[in-house]
Amino acid sequence: MVSLNVNGKNYRVNVSDDVPLLWVIRDYLKLTGTKYGCGIGECGACTVHINGKAERSCTIPAKEAQGKKIVTIEGLPENHPVKKAWIENQVVQCGYCQPGVMMQVASLLSESPSPDADKIIGAMDHVICRCGTHARIRQGIKTAVQIVRKEGKRT
Amino acid sequence: MKTSISRRAFLKVSGLTIAISATPFGYELLNASEKKEETLSGFKPNVWFEITPDNKVAITLGASEMGQGTHTALAMVIADELEADWKQIKVGHGPAAKEFKNPILNDQLTVASASVRAFYEPLRKAGAAGRAMLIKAAALTWNVPEGECKAEKGTVQHKKSGRSLTYGKLCLKAAKVEIPKDPPLKKESEFRYIGKPMLRLDIPEKVRGGAIFGLDFAAPNMEFAVFSRPPAYGAKPLSFDQKAAEGVKGVHKVVPGPQGIAVCAESLNAALKGRDALNVKWDKGTHPQLDNDFIEKSLMGDLEKPGAKVIEKGDTKKALSEASKRVEATYFVPFVAHVTMEPMNCTAYVRDGLCDVWVPTQGQLVAQLVASQVSGVPPEKVQIHTTFLGCGLGRRAAPDFVVDAVLVSKEVGKPVKVVWTREEDIKHDAFRAAMSHRIEAGIDDQGRVTGWSHKAVSGSIMKDIAPQAVQGGVDFMSLWGLVDFPGSPDNNRILYDIPNLYIEFLLSDLPIPVAPWRSVQNGPNAFVIESFIDELAHAAKKDPLEFRLQNLKTSMRASRVLETAAEKAGWGKSLAKGQGRGIAQHCCFGTYVAQVVDLSVNEKDGSVKVNRVVAAVDCGPVVNPNTIKAQIEGGVTIALSTALKEEVKFASGGVKSANFSDYGVIRMSEVPEIEVHIVESKESMGGIGEPGVPPTAPAVGNAIFSATGARIRRIPFTPERVLAAIKSKA
Repeated sequence: MVSLNVNGKNYRVNVSDDVPLLWVIRDYLKLTGTKYGCGIGECGACTVHINGKAERSCTIPAKEAQGKKIVTIEGLPENHPVKKAWIENQVVQCGYCQPGVMMQVASLLSESPSPDADKIIGAMDHVICRCGTHARIRQGIKTAVQIVRKEGKRT
Repeated sequence: MKTSISRRAFLKVSGLTIAISATPFGYELLNASEKKEETLSGFKPNVWFEITPDNKVAITLGASEMGQGTHTALAMVIADELEADWKQIKVGHGPAAKEFKNPILNDQLTVASASVRAFYEPLRKAGAAGRAMLIKAAALTWNVPEGECKAEKGTVQHKKSGRSLTYGKLCLKAAKVEIPKDPPLKKESEFRYIGKPMLRLDIPEKVRGGAIFGLDFAAPNMEFAVFSRPPAYGAKPLSFDQKAAEGVKGVHKVVPGPQGIAVCAESLNAALKGRDALNVKWDKGTHPQLDNDFIEKSLMGDLEKPGAKVIEKGDTKKALSEASKRVEATYFVPFVAHVTMEPMNCTAYVRDGLCDVWVPTQGQLVAQLVASQVSGVPPEKVQIHTTFLGCGLGRRAAPDFVVDAVLVSKEVGKPVKVVWTREEDIKHDAFRAAMSHRIEAGIDDQGRVTGWSHKAVSGSIMKDIAPQAVQGGVDFMSLWGLVDFPGSPDNNRILYDIPNLYIEFLLSDLPIPVAPWRSVQNGPNAFVIESFIDELAHAAKKDPLEFRLQNLKTSMRASRVLETAAEKAGWGKSLAKGQGRGIAQHCCFGTYVAQVVDLSVNEKDGSVKVNRVVAAVDCGPVVNPNTIKAQIEGGVTIALSTALKEEVKFASGGVKSANFSDYGVIRMSEVPEIEVHIVESKESMGGIGEPGVPPTAPAVGNAIFSATGARIRRIPFTPERVLAAIKSKA
């Protein structure tokens, strides 16, 4: 039995302790926005926020996430600067990697609201997109930074 | 045959429904609003749309949405001619049905960048027919002449009396109007959506995290299955521990099949543990000596063997012997994996003479056919439900993952989701075919290409798709980019004016499965042609752009994209030491693309940093410029990945590469700024999903040559390879 707090809701799930958090989120909580891409923390499609930091849910056993605040793409507000910027810049192609990409960006911007190129690469080199949306992801980040600035609050 | 669509979908319809039936020979429109099935028998629609009293326009398409934006583009075409309000539009995947065949492909396939160009004209006519019927319905309602009524953004208006009715209010009456055979189309200047950068319809739900991909689908009481698959080509299981696997908590059944041994369980985690417990011992397979060295030697060695003649134009031997300069070179392109971000998967439910399949597929009909063959359920009782595709790249046109799910579901009698781990997805991919090439060409003293003799070797792409099309040892799909199918208007071929041309092809007998991979062999073949053209330009002591233009006199479209890309990139402007600039062009699926690459080479460690790519594209009439730009950006990026990094590793008769840790793909820091310029064009419409790919790798190679003077005739341009080339030149 594992107890989890996801997107502000408490869940108790009957799974063995070693099940990766990713599968609990997807197959038991039915929050399928978080994706499986590699299972080894290389591609970032499974990125969620744990206590505000971007983490790879495919390599974290569910029990280790107990007592922590987990946020998935579904829990990122609709008016979040990253979500707005992603629509405005039409970043998405197939869209499979993008929830993880957006969670990575949201975490980056909450740590540094105006990240320089090195910071952006430091965060974004660890997520993979196969459609080739990289150039638009960079554009999306720029827009999100501007929205954060305009709205005058941290993400 | 009665249409399978009518029973399932039209019966639910109430409102105005217009269907389009297209074949390679033309198309017809039908008012399918009548609910009676007999009115539909014999009519085979490829697309339909419904206008319902709730004022919505629901469009059902046979083409798969995998991020290329085809659903939005096709909806734009209908909405524009229909004069619908964009807010009314909803779009979705249709079922598998012969009626959904793409007329260019004569199959229900989303491949060959063919969806929008196949349906552009019929969809315009269908939208226009709907508009005419709604206007007539309004005119009848108000008892005024049709000529006084005008359709505007989802309403019909009668300006004289100030009256207006929505399409929702008019649709039931319009449903009784006879469909016009040849409704007038809008003038280009009247387009409301076509040619405008429209936002994609599928993006909001993808950003929300709510879009359902294949892996996201769940049926009630569904089980999960994973396969243990042979680690080497042709390997057979010697032993496995079924008892141990079935003893794992949550595992229900072990299902052996020809493709491997499946473990079916209540959860994915249990299935994976069960698979470990199986402890399968495999034999060595049919090619235990196969590794990367073996592959390269085999393909390069095949260049010494006689092949099949594909083209013989003029007298190439004579032209070469009389040339003022002759250049000869061999090239090699390795196997490349698809690695779509969503690994292969499928959910199936076989029961009581029925079979449902939920799958991210590019080929609904082949999925239906194999599901029928494996389940024993007749095809018309097999329902294919297409989910969103987490990238396709051609991989999802194959039905192997459908076979997996149907096989296991049939055995356990429950809905079963088969998940391929990333490791299976790479190791059991059918790759972009590796190729070897030898070319010999001659130029005259003016720098004109006078003769070109070319030999290419690769595995057969068609042998699994349409084996009957491989004739006399020639596979035109493997040759795409060099030679097209006879009579094809798509120009997947060498475009240069070469009076004496000889092309020979040999099928490799390597056991490695190959398949279409974004742009198919246009990618590898363009790398070879456009690198070699650069070699010829150098031999002729000509500027690479000037040399190309001089030898492309018969292709205005190719010349125009070259000139545009060159101008926008500042071709001819000087570069700092260690920097290089390269150019390349290619046409595929009827679309012409040229690219200029600017890069830096670190001569100490051989690393290449691409700084900028400027692309120019002529795809004929533009539907959604936003999507066109996105597709060229994506094509350039994935092609850079193949140019700089990607090569499948093999060992001990099978695939060694396993995951993103040892199969490197491009990352953010390696992606340059990409500029896309759309060349205005009234020529025939081409595809857009793939043509961005082919020019990139040769433009990178040509830029490395410009920076270092080292010509590298093999991708990927890894630091080791670049460094070795620089050293061997010195």
